[in-house]
Amino acid sequence: MERLRTYGFVAGFLAVPLTLYTVFVISPYAQAFQLSLTNWNGYSSIVQYVGLDNFGRLLTDEVFWRALRNHGLLLLVLPLVTIVIALFLAFLLNLGGGTRGDGMRGVWGSAFYRVVFFFPQVLAVAVVGVLFQAVYRPDEDGVVNGVLARFGLEPVGWLIEPDLALWSIIAVMVWQGVGFYVVLFSAGMAAIPKDYFEAAALDGAGRVRLFFSITLPLLRDTVRVGWIYLGIAAFDGFALVQVLAGDKGEPDRATTILPITIYNTAFSYQKVGYASAMGVALFFLTVTFAVLTLRTTGRERVEP
Amino acid sequence: MTHPGDITRRQLMRRIAMTALAAGPGAGLLAACATAGTGAGAPLASPAASLPASANPANPFGVDAAKPLEVVIFSGGYGDAYARTVHEELYKKEFPGVTIKHTATQEIGTQLRPRLIGGDAPDVINNSGPKSMDLAALAAEGHLADLAPLFDAPSIDDPARKVRDTVTPAVLDNALVTGKDLVLNYTVSHRALWYNAKLFAAKGWKVPETWQEFTALGETAKGEGVLLFAYPGQKGPYYQLWNVLYTAAKIGGNQVILDIDNLVDNAWTAGPMKRAVTVWAEVQATYGDKAYFGLDHTQTQIKQLQNKVLFYPVGSWVENEMAKDTPEDFEYAIAPIPEVTGSDAMPYGAIQVGVGENFVVAAKGRNPQGGLEYLRLMLSKEGARRFTELTKNVTVVNGAAEGVDLPAGLKSAARAQDRAGQNIITEARFEGWYKELFDYGTEQINVVMAGRITPDEFCARMQKKADDVKKDDSVTKQTRNR
Repeated sequence: MERLRTYGFVAGFLAVPLTLYTVFVISPYAQAFQLSLTNWNGYSSIVQYVGLDNFGRLLTDEVFWRALRNHGLLLLVLPLVTIVIALFLAFLLNLGGGTRGDGMRGVWGSAFYRVVFFFPQVLAVAVVGVLFQAVYRPDEDGVVNGVLARFGLEPVGWLIEPDLALWSIIAVMVWQGVGFYVVLFSAGMAAIPKDYFEAAALDGAGRVRLFFSITLPLLRDTVRVGWIYLGIAAFDGFALVQVLAGDKGEPDRATTILPITIYNTAFSYQKVGYASAMGVALFFLTVTFAVLTLRTTGRERVEP
Repeated sequence: MTHPGDITRRQLMRRIAMTALAAGPGAGLLAACATAGTGAGAPLASPAASLPASANPANPFGVDAAKPLEVVIFSGGYGDAYARTVHEELYKKEFPGVTIKHTATQEIGTQLRPRLIGGDAPDVINNSGPKSMDLAALAAEGHLADLAPLFDAPSIDDPARKVRDTVTPAVLDNALVTGKDLVLNYTVSHRALWYNAKLFAAKGWKVPETWQEFTALGETAKGEGVLLFAYPGQKGPYYQLWNVLYTAAKIGGNQVILDIDNLVDNAWTAGPMKRAVTVWAEVQATYGDKAYFGLDHTQTQIKQLQNKVLFYPVGSWVENEMAKDTPEDFEYAIAPIPEVTGSDAMPYGAIQVGVGENFVVAAKGRNPQGGLEYLRLMLSKEGARRFTELTKNVTVVNGAAEGVDLPAGLKSAARAQDRAGQNIITEARFEGWYKELFDYGTEQINVVMAGRITPDEFCARMQKKADDVKKDDSVTKQTRNR
């Protein structure tokens, strides 16, 4: 009786969120799995099941593979570059000033920099996109090309050269993301007891040694979380690519990614079934990535 | 057409909306909620519901004056004021006291697809814009009312004449969706190359009639630091795809485009098509600037207004689109595509004249009779004339623009049409029929114009894509013979 009352109490709290979650999250996912087995066009009143045909078609779909390759590159570059830059900046902001007075400090003016680094994070993705359209504009009216033109250099087609476009977009993603990870890592560093640094500094460790021997090992968990966030971000990028490169991932699909391909397939080409199959593939890719990352980096915590 | 004015703002809004929706792995699952009501069950029997015509010429469709009417307008380059202040007012005048629900949106498909599937269709739909709905798919489900009774109804201005005799014949050709009259195209546009007539007059330049004159002018312009030609590689590469297709039709006749639309084998690799791609790629390489591959249509049009670009491939809507920014010394005028081979199938002067801006009536709405009557009012002289006054675009209604003070560019288009006579280049309908093929074309045209592939490779790639579409059973096939 007592137990029933406790569980009844708990269930009463859970019922509403659980229902909402089931209706708005679980059921669309389940429906996508269902639709991926059909050739539904988005309008038809009859839904024909075609088995795994859609997945078979994926294997020979050039655009799908192109999108996967782009995700692969994003997955390698985006987390690595963002985390390295964010760690470096966070270290400078929190510990880079060395020991002064009662403990470790950041470089001079670090409170100001912290705010500045966080600015891009506050901007909506669409705003960032429009901003960088102006920055990357391929004639001398562009921000970057305007500077290049002053030095007598030819304008560069940042977003129109197939070899360059994806890198230009990755640069924007890094620019936008770094601020958040600086804050995340700063919080992690603040949690490291100051004594460790002081002890190490007394033993004569320089800043580089401090970073690699104390900060980084003690930040492992935070960095891992950051890595997973960024990995998932690498599977998205929809809005940025849409605004900056165009709705097909131009030029020559050099910047196409799965969300873009899915969107076009479902809503421009009316192949909802096939698009759902891509969605299911994306789902498994994201889950696989998260599981792999957690497994491979999930070593014992380093206890100092 | 589906590409009037402020695409930039429209697309931006849609992208902002998408950001909220499509974050992360959930993107593919957006459509999912739609399966609920579907599943088993036979498809609806009649592909298009016909409404019985009544005998009363003043109310040929037997509209119930008490029934409300719902109108959904795509708020793009034409805005929605023409519907609100002109056509809906005409309807209210005919049926005093009737209520009209007016909706303006830039998200036609997003908003209306679920409503149509769910059985809550608005009566009149302006199916336009980047999110417009697939009419063939809607027709297959019997969502579109047959417009044949509309075309056979007496016209508002002269009950002795049928509506079909008061509109330009292209309306009837283009009304067909999978063989039935289901869609009304309301506007007329003229597409070719557009230039600044005042600049040409000031410089004493003649509009080039042959390709030699065209490139010679390119040399002259180059000397003055001006580009002969540019098109927007961002958002507007389809302007150049059209331009190349129309050039191919000029060289080889409209059959070139008909074959492409009908997915005829090797239609894309035909001689005229290759020639058209080749000459334009050469113009781009010699007289173009690659920066334009990264500029959108507004940025490119501004450059033309600054006299940095001589010729721009677009339609007559450009004049109204840029009206606010057009300086005193700029006057839009249309130039036909120059003679390419010296023995082109169509003589110099041929331009594309097309109808556009789709209106459909929902067959399963609450008031389809009212919807037909609304379209009949749109096709009255008053409805058409006041549309032209508001939007500076001509309608399909014959003679409705008489007496309206048209801007210079539209006048030049009208003169060009007179001059072209029978040599009217047809529109490419695969743009609406096979969106995937068209999208692929707009992407590949940038690739070939940038010189990353040869014209032959472009034609081969397009042919392969066309073959894929032809083989794809899930795509409804349509054909045309004129």
